[in-house]
Amino acid sequence: MIPAEFDYDVAESGDHALQLLEQHGDEAKLLAGGHSLLPLMKLRLATPSMLIDIGRLNDMSYVRDDGDALAIGALTRHEDVEGSDVLEQHCAIVAHTAGEIGDLQVRHFGTIGGSLAHGDPASDLPTVMLALDAQMVLRSSSGERTVGANEFFTGLFETALGPTELLTEIRVPKLTGGWSYQKFHHRAQDWAIVGVAAVQSNGGASVALTNMGEVPLRASGVEQALTSGSDAATAAQEAAQNTSPPSDPFGSADYRRDLARVLTRRALQEAMGR
Amino acid sequence: MRRISLTVNGVKHDAMVEPRQLLVYFLREQLALTGTNVGCDTSTCGACTILVNGKSAKSCTLLAVQADGAEVTTIEGLASNGEMHPLQKAFHESHGLQCGYCTPGMIMASVDLIANNDAMSDEDIRMGLEGNLCRCTGYQNIVKSVQQAAGEMRSPAST
Amino acid sequence: MAQVADQAQKFVGGGILRKEDPELLTGAARFIDDMSIPGMLWVSFVRSPFAHATINSVDTSRAASMPGVRAVYSGADLADEWADGLPCAWPVTEDIKTPKHWPIAQDKARFAGDAVAVVVAETRPQALDAAETVDVDYEPLDVVVDMEAALADGATKVHDEFENNSSYVWNLDVGEVEQVFNDAAVVVKERYYHPRLIPNAIEPRGVICQPNPAQGEYTLYSATQIPHILKVTLALTLGLPEQKLRVVAPDVGGGFGSKLNVYAEEATCLALGRKLGVPLKWIETRSEGYLATIHGRDVIQDMEVAADENGKIAGVRANLLADMGAYLQLVTPGIPILGAFLYHGVYDAQAYSFTCTGVFTNKTPTDAYRGAGRPEATYAVERIMDALARRVGKDPVEIRRLNFLAPFDEAREVVTGLSFDSGNYDASLDKALDMFGYDDLRAEQQRRREAGDTKQLGIGVSTYIEMCGLAPSQVLASLRYVAGGWEAATIRCHPTGKVTVITGTSPHGQGHVTAWSQIVADELGVDFEDIEVLHGDTAISPLGMDSYGSRSLSVGGVALHYAAEKVVTKARTIAAHELEVSEEDLEYSGGTFSVKGAPDKSKTIPEIAFSAWTAHNLPEGTEPGLEETHVFDPPNFTFPSGAHLCAVEVDTETGMTNIVKYVAVDDCGKAINPTIIEGQVHGGIAQGIAEAMYEEAVYDENGVLMTSSMSNYRVPSAAELPTFEIDRTETPSTTNPLGVKGIGEAGTIASPPAVVNATIDALAPLGIDHIDMPVSPERVWAAIKNAGGSTVDARGAETTGAGSGTGSADAPGGGT
Repeated sequence: MIPAEFDYDVAESGDHALQLLEQHGDEAKLLAGGHSLLPLMKLRLATPSMLIDIGRLNDMSYVRDDGDALAIGALTRHEDVEGSDVLEQHCAIVAHTAGEIGDLQVRHFGTIGGSLAHGDPASDLPTVMLALDAQMVLRSSSGERTVGANEFFTGLFETALGPTELLTEIRVPKLTGGWSYQKFHHRAQDWAIVGVAAVQSNGGASVALTNMGEVPLRASGVEQALTSGSDAATAAQEAAQNTSPPSDPFGSADYRRDLARVLTRRALQEAMGR
Repeated sequence: MRRISLTVNGVKHDAMVEPRQLLVYFLREQLALTGTNVGCDTSTCGACTILVNGKSAKSCTLLAVQADGAEVTTIEGLASNGEMHPLQKAFHESHGLQCGYCTPGMIMASVDLIANNDAMSDEDIRMGLEGNLCRCTGYQNIVKSVQQAAGEMRSPAST
Repeated sequence: MAQVADQAQKFVGGGILRKEDPELLTGAARFIDDMSIPGMLWVSFVRSPFAHATINSVDTSRAASMPGVRAVYSGADLADEWADGLPCAWPVTEDIKTPKHWPIAQDKARFAGDAVAVVVAETRPQALDAAETVDVDYEPLDVVVDMEAALADGATKVHDEFENNSSYVWNLDVGEVEQVFNDAAVVVKERYYHPRLIPNAIEPRGVICQPNPAQGEYTLYSATQIPHILKVTLALTLGLPEQKLRVVAPDVGGGFGSKLNVYAEEATCLALGRKLGVPLKWIETRSEGYLATIHGRDVIQDMEVAADENGKIAGVRANLLADMGAYLQLVTPGIPILGAFLYHGVYDAQAYSFTCTGVFTNKTPTDAYRGAGRPEATYAVERIMDALARRVGKDPVEIRRLNFLAPFDEAREVVTGLSFDSGNYDASLDKALDMFGYDDLRAEQQRRREAGDTKQLGIGVSTYIEMCGLAPSQVLASLRYVAGGWEAATIRCHPTGKVTVITGTSPHGQGHVTAWSQIVADELGVDFEDIEVLHGDTAISPLGMDSYGSRSLSVGGVALHYAAEKVVTKARTIAAHELEVSEEDLEYSGGTFSVKGAPDKSKTIPEIAFSAWTAHNLPEGTEPGLEETHVFDPPNFTFPSGAHLCAVEVDTETGMTNIVKYVAVDDCGKAINPTIIEGQVHGGIAQGIAEAMYEEAVYDENGVLMTSSMSNYRVPSAAELPTFEIDRTETPSTTNPLGVKGIGEAGTIASPPAVVNATIDALAPLGIDHIDMPVSPERVWAAIKNAGGSTVDARGAETTGAGSGTGSADAPGGGT
């Protein structure tokens, strides 16, 4: 299929991108790697009238050690996230999970920012960001603001990004404990039927779930159980609490709830063991 | 329409394209490079895989305008001086193709795979080709072909 | 005759590399979408989003005013183009209900995807854009999706002109079925479901119509398996003089039955070419193809077997509901009948009953998909054999050996009245068991069971038979198929010593060019490289019945063998004349005639081809030229068989199932090219595993296809599939002089029960004896939950009932 007609412009800089966004308003979409947006446009499920190509803003592709945290440029390709030594050393769950996305071709072009801004609850990185309490740096012509992952994902394919804002950077903590991302899918290339991210913290773990609702969800019941001394297996029983998983050809809601429990247990066991 | 300039199989092209034109149709229809095939509309099958700046890419999921300034290699650009690329040779010798429709994409994905990975197990090759579907071969002889070519490409003395 | 069979074979039996490959490897192939014709317009179809709706009106005005648009037509606008509806060539019973099937729907849309209008524009994007603006006023109607609901009293009818949604009931009864079942010590009855499958040849379909208005001639290029059948049927559908129509199948990127049809888009492009007098092109998008290209299977089977207390079978009884979808395509009703004779498998039985009801629903029509009827039969037989083994307390291998037909190398009649050509079922099973390490895997299974491992091991056996080599024309007549089952081949020996072979088969990945060259190279003693094989163009190959049903070698290849014999016979006459001896004094070997006792006096086929061309000195009554055609009508089917063994590992917590070992030993008779055979087996097994574990076309209750694209219909990749260990036994077929049987579908036929039996076997300790295909993680998980829990408890305290997932009876994925 071929997308419906649209106009196209190339952003020469972050400021230029913001300027174009202001100029075109709601009708415009940012094009990073295009690997979330173009498939929808080809099926004409998305028909933006303007694409602003930010894919050439190479200065937004980086992974930096920023003292307490790591800073990841929003336009860093999945492949570069996966291969980042800095991430491997300090926050390997991000590198590992980037390597689980799509297939090799997708990882060559898809970007971390594009994936997060797409707001797809079946996507892996949003869940990891939620478990890490990552910070999203958003820029607009009026300045910069930082939004925590817990506030960034606001609904199905919706985020806190305003129509004239640009996600420029993702900041993740340096980890000292274990971690795990359990992606359950039938074909390697598929989206997660359910995914579970677990990151060890003092006395417990942060746990987040993929595809268990309209947004990535914190498994707070599990986290509380751990804090109050439950072992991983017992705490994992709370994984489906307050979730609203979809039923689709990949799995019923019931199945997803059970998978969440099993995968949470496995994630916790792996995270504690790392 | 936008003007783009790119190098395809070593030849520089300047062209006017509609922004919505997918790179694969630019190659097929404007440059008559029909070796790159389209097998789906959801970036799933990988039949359209080419190399963009040396990296495997699904050319159905890139706009031609995104390839402005890029170096593109398609299946037509793989053989040199009339000599088939080791992967093309290996697919022939290991019967890694039947109907041949997925083959250009499969080979281009494998070029990247071999270039970026040292000794691969069969399992590594299978995972590396997760984004390329074939309905004829059951993949066994594709894995064998890639393994054969990888061996040959890594030990130039043996060729 | 014997002179050909006795000669040394240089090429046949060798793993010769394919001649087809160079163009496919370098991007030089010519698939339909690679072709264009100056002045060509693009066609796009408007399709109903509703599974069942009255078409009140079609407003084409807005679309007609879109940029580049040349024409827009509704079904009513094109009504006068058709001399008849799209053909169904297999009305399986006398009283079958065959609805009119107009290429563009006129009154109602009967499945989601039914074409309701067509747009012609200058470019592909323009045609797609304009198609979105055609305004169709639909009045949605009640929808029938489920076969049993469709047959219920008062069900909404897919076709108002019929009494109900039953298209036909086809029956075969042999022996005292009732009595055998009444008297049997053991009767096992199970119900199986074959998922609806989407074929997914990686090349989508496509059509180019090139009219020549001045002569009233048309060339239709189509990504088809059946150019010859297409020519005849389209001439009838459009009322075109057949001699004015040429159909070409260019390079075709796989078929698996999906391109074995006469499609609305082919008829429409031809009609538009006639109407507009300009060349036109249509290329299917993949998601469009999911609606508009035929689906496969979708069959419910009630399968019964009667046996004695030891498990020795006395009778089988199968009762099928087969989903036709909304219309009868080319051979839709006949697909289940292709398996109708095989519900006793490779086992002996005295009584046999098979009944199939064809059912209309508001879904995409079904038709041939790799295996076509035989996977259904094999699955039912091999599943029920395991059920019988469980019932009488025998190992799955033991129950099969007990019931095998004893080895035979002359054709033998079986319970259905068919004559199996030859078979040695123990031989392939023995070999497979050996390769598999059956006893070791059983020991490992026992160890895991005792240890209560989360990952349990299961072993599945499938000893299958299939029938292919379609088909003896008289048998087809008795089955009410309207065409013959013959195949044609021509060998043209050029004066320069080169050879052109013209075949009526229409390959699309099978390697006919290579295999046919091997046969001719050996029989005529010409160089393999000096043989050109032409196919797929009705102007070049006027006679043919095309490629499907694993028929190409055992019918088309055999036709070629006989054509070679005719060449040799004529050449012998000429050689005898030139060497001034009698024909009886000549020996023939490797392409050379030599005088008995004087071997230096000889003539080769190329030499004789030159003499035949100059015609300077031919014997009296001999026509110039050396070219022969043979049309072979097979006297019987062929019956490939074999043994497939599968070991799976099931994660009892998530339901995820992985194949850890797969062994296949197939017997396809004599091998022409073992390399090509291996490739066919690999691909066939992969497609069967795909059915068994991954794929299912799922509709919602409104008849909307939920698995609407390749991103959610799970065609497996290399990452999902194991390495197969394969081997062969060779029991020559008695049906043809080459001794060949066919291998195109065997893997797909044999593998699903091996996989499903293995999965069930893994979970047998839980009391699980049934899981429907595909054995997706969710289905396996649901079976475990319904059986009362996981086999193990990793943390020692987990019980079922911990969550709402327990005991869910929901059909996974909303399957019908």
